[in-house]
Amino acid sequence: MAKLTLLGAINNALDQQLEKDKNVVVYGEDAGFEGGVFRVTKGLQKKHGKDRVFDTPISEAAILGSAVGMAANGLRPIPEIQFSGFMFPGYNQIAVHIARMRNRSRGKYPMPIVVRMPYGGGVRALEHHSESLETLFAHIPGLKLVIPATPYDAKGLLTAAIKDNDPVIYFEPKKIYRAFKQEVPEEEYEVPIGKARIVKEGSDLTVVSWGAMLHETQKAIKDLGDDYSIELIDLRTIAPMDTKTVIESVKKTGRFMVVHEAVKTLGIGSELISRVNEGAFFHLEAQPTRVTAPDITVPLPKGEHHHIVDAKRIAHEIKKLAHFE
Amino acid sequence: MLFDHYDPLKKEMFGVLDKDGKITNKDFEPDIDDDTLVHMYKTMVLARIADVKALQYQRQGRMLTFAPVQGQEACQIGPMAASAKSDWLVPAFREAAAMLYKGVSLKQAYLYWFGNERGSRYDDDVNVMPINVPIGSQVNHAAGIAYAAKLKKSGEAVITYIGDGGTSHGEFHEGVNFGAVYSVPMVTIIQNNQYAISTPRELATKAKTLAQKASSYGIPGIQVDGNDVLAMYEATKVALERAKNGDGPTLIEAVTYRLGPHTTSDDPSIYRKETEVEEWREKDPITRFKKYLSNRKLWNKDKEEKLQEETKKFVTNTFKEVEKTGQYGVDDVYDYNYETMPDDLKAQKEAYLAYLKESEGE
Repeated sequence: MAKLTLLGAINNALDQQLEKDKNVVVYGEDAGFEGGVFRVTKGLQKKHGKDRVFDTPISEAAILGSAVGMAANGLRPIPEIQFSGFMFPGYNQIAVHIARMRNRSRGKYPMPIVVRMPYGGGVRALEHHSESLETLFAHIPGLKLVIPATPYDAKGLLTAAIKDNDPVIYFEPKKIYRAFKQEVPEEEYEVPIGKARIVKEGSDLTVVSWGAMLHETQKAIKDLGDDYSIELIDLRTIAPMDTKTVIESVKKTGRFMVVHEAVKTLGIGSELISRVNEGAFFHLEAQPTRVTAPDITVPLPKGEHHHIVDAKRIAHEIKKLAHFE
Repeated sequence: MLFDHYDPLKKEMFGVLDKDGKITNKDFEPDIDDDTLVHMYKTMVLARIADVKALQYQRQGRMLTFAPVQGQEACQIGPMAASAKSDWLVPAFREAAAMLYKGVSLKQAYLYWFGNERGSRYDDDVNVMPINVPIGSQVNHAAGIAYAAKLKKSGEAVITYIGDGGTSHGEFHEGVNFGAVYSVPMVTIIQNNQYAISTPRELATKAKTLAQKASSYGIPGIQVDGNDVLAMYEATKVALERAKNGDGPTLIEAVTYRLGPHTTSDDPSIYRKETEVEEWREKDPITRFKKYLSNRKLWNKDKEEKLQEETKKFVTNTFKEVEKTGQYGVDDVYDYNYETMPDDLKAQKEAYLAYLKESEGE
């Protein structure tokens, strides 16, 4: 066991899989020599060589399109997109090829690709460095989308993603890259894709969140004290969604809230509420609640606090939902 | 080296066969054994007949819209004949002739245009990627396949195709550049068939030739008579040797002409003159190659008649087989997006099957 940050746990998982499987390659803009702009891949090129851990031209379509070819020819590529807001020139490859090649070739060319990208706000960055674009991936059949909120899950989910024979989009909540440390086992382990985690059991209200927002929600719950019995679920995998865990919880509590960083309309919260309605309609005691960013472009840092919800806002909304009669 | 003799900036085009099938460039006539020459010719004829028949089937409403290959057989068969079995083909969507030569069966090729993904499930030992519809994106796949080949030291090289229109796309630039940076074993063949649907080549780029774009990536580029199967063979052979020696990618511009429409939904008479088409018919790649084979006593009228008759029968029977076996079940719809079907999708499939059962007779 070692105490690692979320960033350190990702580095550890990459290092371990590069070591164990010679078909794994890690690459992206500045991902080789300097170890990425956040240093997630630091030290990996030195250890595993320039052919398996490498820098690329600033070409998102080539970074993701080449992954299609590498996967078709037996590699397990792990391309990095420097910031999720810059993935759009490569989105074509994700949506039209990475997600479809298994289906198109009737299974001849599966796509064991993990696309890593830092996402989310709260780091006082320039435009295009703060988006939460879950919906753009969860809406595409053929893709899986995971988001760790802890170092333990970061390593376990990434390991599972690398071993998965289908493409996985791996969002890294950059705000909490180095926020805290956690004991992370040295040995290989997997956190199963498609399984949510009940962070805290409770009986009055269910809150679902993920990524950096999970920690804001935890803070809100802590601030509220013992007056409220809240069940907190870390969704961990956005697609395929663990509907069962969420439904079982809402059946117990009768109240449902989703907290996410992404904008409201057609955010993952919309899908969660639809599923709650389908699966626990007669158990609901209040209308389901979405606590999200408004439907506007992420502002520059001076205005970001009006966009991202924080613990105070979450606590406020929890109280309203808990008291609804 | 071949590429040093033809400067794309001066519009120097490489060719070895004239219109009458005579060798005009003895220095670069490829050394191909007789059996291979005949096999190349037969595959060109198969592709042509399959194309003509498919056009009929499509007009009869028995096949989907498709992209005819007529006129471009030489720039596909030459390169494929120059490649090894283990070399990869990464097609765009008008490479039926190349695919047939590389081991995709006519049944599979037809099944795809019939509307069934099973037509893209080629045999395991056939290194061909499925037909790629989004323009230009296949070049990046080729770069990745070639990167993997280099890393694994597999000895494979990759040939990818793109059209003249596709070279305007950012993915063409990114893919060729990516391949060049890492010196991967990759050959990019631009089939310059003069039109991107209706848009003429002059509106794709201000560059004099498409081959000259190679110089900006630091790789060799050559313009080749794309209706000359021997020249296409030779240029590709040299490019593949470079690729396998670790010298990196090559860009080949094949100057050719699409004799048919862009797809069966297109009416080319709107944007090009029949006299232009007639000029290119005179340069038909199959006729030229047939004359060459006849001059070498490898081909004659009797053989031609027999081949035409047998091929037509084969093509007709293959399509009948496709019509009989190409139907689609519910499993075919649901079972291929994931290795293991997620629970949500299982529930959706079950709900649909239940609906089918409940609604029987409605």
